[in-house]
Amino acid sequence: MTSLPEPSAIKLGLVIDLDICVGCQACVVNCKEWNTSGYGAPLSDENAYGENPSGAWLNRVHAYEAGTGADARTVHFPKSCLHCEDAPCVKVCPTGASFKRAEDGIVLVNEEWCIGCGLCAWSCPYGAREMDPSEGVMKKCTLCVDRIYNANLPAEDQVPACVRTCPTNARHFGDLGDPGSDVSRLVAARGGFDLMPEQNTKPVNKYLPPRPRRVADDTPVSLLAMAEDATPSGFWKWVDSTLERLG
Amino acid sequence: MRPAWSIIFFTSISGLGFGLAAWLVLGFVDLTNPEHLLVVGVATMALIIAGLLSSTFHLGHPERAWRALTQWRSSWLSREGVLAVLALIAMAVWGLYYIRHGTPPFWASGLIAVLLALTVYATSMIYASLHTVARWHHPLTPVCYLMFAASSGLMAVLSVLAVLGQKIGAPLLLATILMVASAWGVKIIWWQLAGAVGSGSSLATATGLGDLGPVRSIMPPHTSENYLQHEMGFVVARKHAAQLRAIALLVGGVLPMAALFLLAAAPLVLTMALAAHMAGIFIERWLFFAEAKHSVTIYYGDAH
Repeated sequence: MTSLPEPSAIKLGLVIDLDICVGCQACVVNCKEWNTSGYGAPLSDENAYGENPSGAWLNRVHAYEAGTGADARTVHFPKSCLHCEDAPCVKVCPTGASFKRAEDGIVLVNEEWCIGCGLCAWSCPYGAREMDPSEGVMKKCTLCVDRIYNANLPAEDQVPACVRTCPTNARHFGDLGDPGSDVSRLVAARGGFDLMPEQNTKPVNKYLPPRPRRVADDTPVSLLAMAEDATPSGFWKWVDSTLERLG
Repeated sequence: MRPAWSIIFFTSISGLGFGLAAWLVLGFVDLTNPEHLLVVGVATMALIIAGLLSSTFHLGHPERAWRALTQWRSSWLSREGVLAVLALIAMAVWGLYYIRHGTPPFWASGLIAVLLALTVYATSMIYASLHTVARWHHPLTPVCYLMFAASSGLMAVLSVLAVLGQKIGAPLLLATILMVASAWGVKIIWWQLAGAVGSGSSLATATGLGDLGPVRSIMPPHTSENYLQHEMGFVVARKHAAQLRAIALLVGGVLPMAALFLLAAAPLVLTMALAAHMAGIFIERWLFFAEAKHSVTIYYGDAH
């Protein structure tokens, strides 16, 4: 059923720290690696070694420059499905293939029912859905539903592949419906925000802004002055005074 | 948005079929001869079915298309499918009743005309309901679709009358000219109003980095075009939009209106005028998609 369920108490999602991400693309690769052999059809590529390779990916990292002049900074920007509470992709689906789980809010595609019309991708403001070029069905982030509940995996691996692999700890996974969870407290402490709030999709995933620049004292420092001003102590004081006497 | 030929054909030809069907059930053509009823009825339904079939050509899994009839409670695409099936059934029942008992009661015909209009409305709402394409998300979008279905349907009525050798009255001719003129009139207003609507989204809101100052894209996430850019980042048309609009108006509006005004009644002229009107609608529909900007293009650095 593509009508949205009542908002769930548990809202599983990601918190992405734009202050920390270095744009290494490890999450992108691990996402593809896990999901090409996990839930649903493999994530196919076309012309993978040719001039214009293309393929379905569930997570992509953009890079932006924000600000101007000396204050400009590079921000690496991972983007995947935000598992919106008011998910337009679910409502437009004519077949019921697109759905939002009532128990934890994860948005999934039933690939057995998907007719590949592409309307859900049109309705997503974020570009979180991509048609699989060989299977003709819509692919999207599953929040690694086949990892996070998988009791066969060690506890530390029961998180989405992108979170598990991030070498800088820029990605966090948890229940954003619980105000006391680690991710919710992180969002509250760092001023986490929604992407395109004006599209009224109420994303579950949150982004943490880059931390403010530390303001450096910009008076030039003279090493020579530092050396002349220094008053030595201990052994160097004795050397200093002895050399003075010789001089 | 990438203008897929299957979708352009679907929206224009099924619009023509639904429009023609509405004028037929409202009694614009004398169908007392059962042969005429059969030929015209089958031709009209063929137009609608051809349009609907064409819409399945862009599907990844056309064999599952029947599933699209299930989610009418939330999805406009599903509603369009359900209404189209209901409309076809209603038309068939209307035709059978006509053969057996003569003209059906007006309330029944009126109800079918409303059903046909609702189907065209549902087609338009597939696009008009999307917040992500600001240009489409406009109250006049369904009006444009309805007006073109009505105008092309009425043009088709004239061709049918001429082919069947029935008389075309001066009031009907004048009404058709006015219908075509007002359809293009609404479209011109839509071009002005809907085209000027911004999405409210920008790279600042898309990234949430607006507080840091101006934001610009410095590196895409991949080296060549992906599905999103192929499907939603179509920009070729924008350069020639003004010329194409003028061509659409000339071919689809001025030409058929002049033909009706000067040379009406000859079946060939009327059919050519209908063809010209449809050609104009094809161009208009192509522009509808090609000019539309999707909010995802913001992430790729397209200014909105």
